[in-house]
Amino acid sequence: MAEIRVNPTRMELKKLKTRYTTARRGHKLLKDKRDELMKQFLEVVREDKALREKVEAGLARAYGSFSVAAAVSSPAMLEEAMILPRRAGSLKVDSRNVMSVTVPKFSMELIGEGGGCNYGLAFTSGELDSALREFGEMMTDLVRLAELEKTAQLLAEEIERTRRRVNALEYIMMPQLQAGIKSITMKLDENERGNLTRLMKVKDMMLAAGRGGTPETDEEEA
Amino acid sequence: MPKICMIGDRDSVLGFMALGFAVHEAPDAESAAAALHRLARDPENAVIFITEQYAAQIEEDIARYKDDPLPAVVTIPGAAGTTGYGMRAIKSAVERAVGADILFKE
Repeated sequence: MAEIRVNPTRMELKKLKTRYTTARRGHKLLKDKRDELMKQFLEVVREDKALREKVEAGLARAYGSFSVAAAVSSPAMLEEAMILPRRAGSLKVDSRNVMSVTVPKFSMELIGEGGGCNYGLAFTSGELDSALREFGEMMTDLVRLAELEKTAQLLAEEIERTRRRVNALEYIMMPQLQAGIKSITMKLDENERGNLTRLMKVKDMMLAAGRGGTPETDEEEA
Repeated sequence: MPKICMIGDRDSVLGFMALGFAVHEAPDAESAAAALHRLARDPENAVIFITEQYAAQIEEDIARYKDDPLPAVVTIPGAAGTTGYGMRAIKSAVERAVGADILFKE
């Protein structure tokens, strides 16, 4: 592992210690963020899965009825009947904030009642009516599905990113800083010890010189 | 006003026409991809549905819009029935986030 190379001074030690404290705090915060994101994500994804199952079944049914309707009427007639939407809805797009991830929020306002038909009854079949009713019923579910699916994708991305950051802090940043702090501390301690022995040595030499070789010394005086 | 679009083959999209979706018929996956990019450029198009049959073939084109808040590109089964592609997409999102598949273990 690449170690942080710095001058072994008290200033640098202080700087590194501050960085370490910040890293540790950031790590804790990001870990909490990741956990909360995960909780939200799992909720969304469970609902997404259930809704998708429902939509897939519903669509299969609707397609089935529609193909029956298509079989009993001519293609041109069918297309003509579809030109005007039977039940227009207006989509509203809002955004929601989930742990600082902006996710879209769709809401559907259905205009007009669902019962009516926008085509002449003379040339179309009853099968078409019921097929289109089945499609109409899917509308809100489809919009909700779009919202959930998008939310799940965006949250998944954010979780991945947060997890990387957490790991980078935990396994790279913090050990490096710790190693740096340790090496500076050891270096400073070593210097301290070196200084002490030097002082003792100098003192001995001074004493020896001052007393002219007489071994009558007082070690505590310095 | 935000719009909902639908890309798919003729049989799949016709029913959605009646729902007021902006329908784009695509005879093959290539033109579906072209339609997707054209629709995604317009910020008005908030939701784009695409049939699973095409989605499976133009995965990379769809992945481009995965990490943006809008548009939401959602795969739904087409008239030919479900291929399970949409479910696999959920599964891969779970794997991406959690690191393991914890929802679909069977």
